[in-house]
Amino acid sequence: MRVKLCALVAAAAVLGAGTPVATAQQPTILKVAIVQQIDSMNPFLAVFQSSTEINRLMYDYLTAYAAQDQQVTEGLANRWETSADKLTWTFTVPEGKKWSDGQPITAHDVAFTYTLMMTDEVARTANGSFVANFESVTATDDRTVVIKTKAPQVTMLALDIPIVPRHVWEKIPSIKDHPNDQAPVVGSGPFVLTEHVAGQFIKLKANKDYWRGAPKYDELHFVYFQNSDAAVQALGKGEVDLVNRMAPAQFDSLEGKAGVTRNKAQGRRFTELLINPGAATRTGEPIGDGNPALKDVRVRRAIAQAIDMDALVARVNLGYAEPGGGLVPPVFTKWHWQPGEQEKRRFDPAAANAALDAAGVTRKADGTRLSLRLTGRAGRAYDEQASEYLKRSLGEVGIALDVRLVSDNQLNEATTAATYDLAFSGWSTNVDPDFILSLHTCSQRPGADGKGGTTDAYFCDETYDRLYAQQLSEFDEGKRVELVKQMQARFYDQVPAVVLAYDNALEAYRSDHFARFTTQPAQGGVIMAQHGVWGYYGAEPADARASAAGLSTTALVVGGVVLLGLVVVVFVVVSRRRATIGERE
Amino acid sequence: MVAVLGFFLFRVVPGDPVVSMTRGRPTTAAMQAELRAQFGLDRPLLEQFWTYFTGLLQGDLGMSYTFRRPVAEVILERLGPTLLLVGTGTLIAVLAGLWLGIRAAWRRDTAFDRVTTGVSLTLWAVPTFWLGMLLMMVTGDLFPSRGMRDTDTAPDFFSQALDVGHHLVLPSITLVAVVAAEYMLVMRSSLLEEMHAPYLTTARAKGLRDDLVRRRHAVPNAVLPAITLVFLRFGLVVGGAITTETVFSWPGLGLLFYDALTGPDYFLLQGLLVVTAGAVVVMNLLADLLHGVLDPRVKVA
Repeated sequence: MRVKLCALVAAAAVLGAGTPVATAQQPTILKVAIVQQIDSMNPFLAVFQSSTEINRLMYDYLTAYAAQDQQVTEGLANRWETSADKLTWTFTVPEGKKWSDGQPITAHDVAFTYTLMMTDEVARTANGSFVANFESVTATDDRTVVIKTKAPQVTMLALDIPIVPRHVWEKIPSIKDHPNDQAPVVGSGPFVLTEHVAGQFIKLKANKDYWRGAPKYDELHFVYFQNSDAAVQALGKGEVDLVNRMAPAQFDSLEGKAGVTRNKAQGRRFTELLINPGAATRTGEPIGDGNPALKDVRVRRAIAQAIDMDALVARVNLGYAEPGGGLVPPVFTKWHWQPGEQEKRRFDPAAANAALDAAGVTRKADGTRLSLRLTGRAGRAYDEQASEYLKRSLGEVGIALDVRLVSDNQLNEATTAATYDLAFSGWSTNVDPDFILSLHTCSQRPGADGKGGTTDAYFCDETYDRLYAQQLSEFDEGKRVELVKQMQARFYDQVPAVVLAYDNALEAYRSDHFARFTTQPAQGGVIMAQHGVWGYYGAEPADARASAAGLSTTALVVGGVVLLGLVVVVFVVVSRRRATIGERE
Repeated sequence: MVAVLGFFLFRVVPGDPVVSMTRGRPTTAAMQAELRAQFGLDRPLLEQFWTYFTGLLQGDLGMSYTFRRPVAEVILERLGPTLLLVGTGTLIAVLAGLWLGIRAAWRRDTAFDRVTTGVSLTLWAVPTFWLGMLLMMVTGDLFPSRGMRDTDTAPDFFSQALDVGHHLVLPSITLVAVVAAEYMLVMRSSLLEEMHAPYLTTARAKGLRDDLVRRRHAVPNAVLPAITLVFLRFGLVVGGAITTETVFSWPGLGLLFYDALTGPDYFLLQGLLVVTAGAVVVMNLLADLLHGVLDPRVKVA
């Protein structure tokens, strides 16, 4: 028995000492931690943010968003023009861009990709909404794509669709069954997929023939973490070079850590508090069980007024956010709207109390006016802390909150069935504001069967819808910006939801391995989860990767110590056996 | 039975796979309806069940919504890592747990007994998640914090095996710590029951060495409950290593279960349930068969 145990411990020690030794002549690798699931590497099927982000590195889009200011810039196409009636768009794919297998990229590839999505139901799983309004797509020659739309579409320069090589994909019999992760995966982006092991890692190598120029390092590895605490630790140890989606506390824990640089960036997410304004289906049938008092816009405004958003940002977000206003986060400078001095609702419990009195929601004998449910997600630190905070501040104005923290799926279910009074929600926004604005139009409410809706705020407002339709066909950008701001002002005024905060994106990287990353936008922007490839593409390795050698030396030293300890243990055991030998015989 | 239960059980899980798939992405109602039709979610529940059940009889577990691949393929891919982790963990736990249990019982009320029993009780009560995180922090740079392999290890077999072994240390210690404690306690108590049996006195009277009395007479009679437990646990643990796998991002079935629940990915959940339930049944059978080998009395009955 003893011998067996010793052997086991020895085996463990050998494994412990066997840290792979990194050597200098190996290729330069950027290792990125991803804490989100990967669903598929097939660009027609991948819907998770992490997968689409990796797909973007493999396949260029027709147009791109510049790193500097997120303006539309050259993608596969470098020129575009539109007809007078705005129904026909002509894109030019210039000569000289190549697929990673050396074939030229032509207009036929673009036409093939879009047409496939229009004709094959499976192919439009991920990005179908972009082609929903397309009439036809044709390649008139190798360089020219002509897209005809059914109605004028203002988002034609924001078609976030990976373009795939026709010569490869036309041979694929079934899009649905094609995992697209067996090398070689022919692509057009700065990196080429070489290996994908589900649940473990994804390896890409630099595309030396990339038309913008080769990346400055050799390989890009994404390693999968189920648990973000482990990812942050791995960054501290130097196992990975780049981590994002950190919680404020995790971000703070890396402060002053040698070799680690933190990046507090303006994110494209916001957190909001939904106030059920009397949910109804597309046809106007009421659904759910929201408190009827909330149908009164005065009550909703009073609730918004009773929340001190600055305090919420300072205490719950630990300062890593900006207090909310309009629907478009400030990172999109052009479209972002903040209430002016007159429109702004300041935190004022006394005024909120008076407003509730005026709205006829008076205090009962026990001092409360209303009792509302607040639904949030269990396990999300923000919801847990902010709900306590809201309970106190709404208590001040006589609104009792019954906090219900539930699982992610239950929360989704409550918001899609409108069985909530107040609920936490949040959205990620795109460079073009169309998506986030469209969510709050009447037609995004669910159908009679309660399905097919995409909104969770159940806003339906004539003024808002009219403005939405106008901006959708407004091709003068200045005028469109004006309309978009008016819509946000209307939303703010009618408060179907209070935008509580624009969350910062919290990232950190090993600055001893990689000296510089390109952020988007250049000022205060993100490295990961960009609308582009710039963060990974523009990464510059640090000159000396000294720490790699240091790491393995420590491992060897510790391994040696463990072995030494073992020898001592074995010696003690053996001598004890000797000592008791007489007793046992 | 398992299939029926699984099917209806997971339909009660809140959430709508199509909603969670399209959440946060530009979609239209028409696209959502298309997805529903693709997954067969627009059919009546009984029809969905019939399609699933007939497929299951032919060995078809259906398609995973999330991964867009056959469920059997996805599960098979994750089975290896889980078996490696659970197998190693169980082996070490059995050896360590039984050895400690026997020693502690044989020398009951000594300092050794008190310490091991105390430690075992503590470990048994410790939350796995917390223990895993703690181990990861305490060991610092010694062991990797995630997964089964590094991405930049040389492709030859020896380096790969060494790398996997290196990654295996922390997760299996975490698994062993909890499981071994249980084995130790069971082994200890069942051996204690045997300690006063007259046949041991007979054996000693024959002049047998104390070690031999223990090894040849006491332990074989006391080991049965522990062996049963080992097999039962092994069956359960295949699906139940969820926490350990989550802490260390170990790419096994537990992690897959966790991911599938967030969909909810019905077919994947059902497939996992069938596989894990199957594992429990097989292990029970093995335990029963092994009883006959270990204890001839059982065979007669």
